[in-house]
Amino acid sequence: MTSRFLKAAGPAVILGVGGVLLWEIAMRVIQPEGFVLPAPSEILAAFAENAGDIWTATVNTGYIVITGLVAGVILGLAWALAVSRFRIANETLTPLGIMLNAIPIIALAPIFNAWFGLLSPVSNQAIVVILVFFPIFINTTRGLTSIDATEHELMRSYAASKWDITREVRFPNAMPYFFTALKISASLAVIGAIVAEYFGGRQDALGPLIVQNAGLTRYAEAWAAVLAGSILGILLYLAAGAIERASMPWMSSVSASG
Amino acid sequence: MTTEHAAVEIVDMDKYFNQSKPNEVWALDAINLSIETGSFVSLIGPSGCGKSTLLRLMGALTHPTNGQILINGKPADDARTDRDYGMAFQHSGLFKWRTISQNIELPLELMGWGKQDRKARSDELLELIKLPDFGDHYPSELSGGMRQRVAIARSLSFRPSLLLMDEPFGALDEMTREHMQDELLDIWRRTGKTIVFVTHSIPEAVYLSQRVIVLSPRPGRIASDIPVDLGERVFETREDPRFFEKVTQVREALRFEESPQ
Repeated sequence: MTSRFLKAAGPAVILGVGGVLLWEIAMRVIQPEGFVLPAPSEILAAFAENAGDIWTATVNTGYIVITGLVAGVILGLAWALAVSRFRIANETLTPLGIMLNAIPIIALAPIFNAWFGLLSPVSNQAIVVILVFFPIFINTTRGLTSIDATEHELMRSYAASKWDITREVRFPNAMPYFFTALKISASLAVIGAIVAEYFGGRQDALGPLIVQNAGLTRYAEAWAAVLAGSILGILLYLAAGAIERASMPWMSSVSASG
Repeated sequence: MTTEHAAVEIVDMDKYFNQSKPNEVWALDAINLSIETGSFVSLIGPSGCGKSTLLRLMGALTHPTNGQILINGKPADDARTDRDYGMAFQHSGLFKWRTISQNIELPLELMGWGKQDRKARSDELLELIKLPDFGDHYPSELSGGMRQRVAIARSLSFRPSLLLMDEPFGALDEMTREHMQDELLDIWRRTGKTIVFVTHSIPEAVYLSQRVIVLSPRPGRIASDIPVDLGERVFETREDPRFFEKVTQVREALRFEESPQ
């Protein structure tokens, strides 16, 4: 088990460690100004020094990310279900979804602050929801509608109801599409939350922490907050992958023969 | 099943696709066909002749333009909702997200069978198709021939009196195919089903059936109805001169004049 994990993760670990080492060496040789790029050791030192603040900020941003992600996923799934089930929904909700997605969402952040209050988390959550819902909606819709013709005829030959076909064929068929979208959305949610926080919301969150430190030329501290945001994104991505594997056991079954 | 009605009774049936539209296709013309309960009948014809359409019409997956189709004495649509027939396709159509047992049990689940009854039935069928240890595997772990056997087991699961099979062995290699033919005949003998079997292989049609229905090129008409009486099929049947005579007869019946269009 351990050796298998090492075998799988080995190349990535080597690349990561090697990359950081190279970065460290390059910074020591070139010695650029701090605002260009701090060395990894400086960032890690800043990370350790401000661990308390960074932890609080990550928890607060994490709350925005996870609540926004969950709400966006639910909205995207409901939208996809409606569109794939009812013609009238397809004719109205699909263009509306595309229009919503075409809006430069981040540009709405100041407007949302005016709606929901400058320090309210709701405006940040709203940004995350709108960012997340579209990939979930568009991918899941594809999965719900692109079912195999033989499987559909087979279900009809059993006199299966529409709901039977949705449950037994459309849902399982949509799962890989949904999880691909979920993995994209996990990173999108972190980006959306941090950028939204630049404009308003709680002040003890990752967005303000980055802005304030960069403003005070404390670049290592700003990078440390960015690092925390990256870790949050990676953890969410891994969680999405774990849920995917647990809910689709047939995907991991090894093919015994052609 | 009483033998009061024929398993399949088709009267003066025509089938058009997209009727009165520019892309109209005349698929089948004046089909009259009666298939006796318990018999094994093959449909053969050049590709595009409508033999698969004829099978799908029997299953009420598409509907005739004119004429009538009765399955076990009732309209095909009623037979479908009564689950009178099981269907198997060239592509096994197994659900990759269900294990082998769950695939076999799918129709039973839809029909509201209890869990224990389903399990007992799928175990029994796994024995019948000689895959008793594969119940918990996923389709991706099985070979093409094994998957096709599972598809047949699934079509048998709810004990329909009629099996509609659309080139179920078409994608298999020759050796697996001959083996599967013998297994299907064995299942037919043991269960007494009526089997309607679409194929484009002449030897397969002759080896399996009691009757070979030859369809003409589109629009499909019944060109010949050839009885095959070779008795019990054994290994030597495929080398029997009478087998070759029938193969030749079907081949001759499939020699159509090149149509003007």
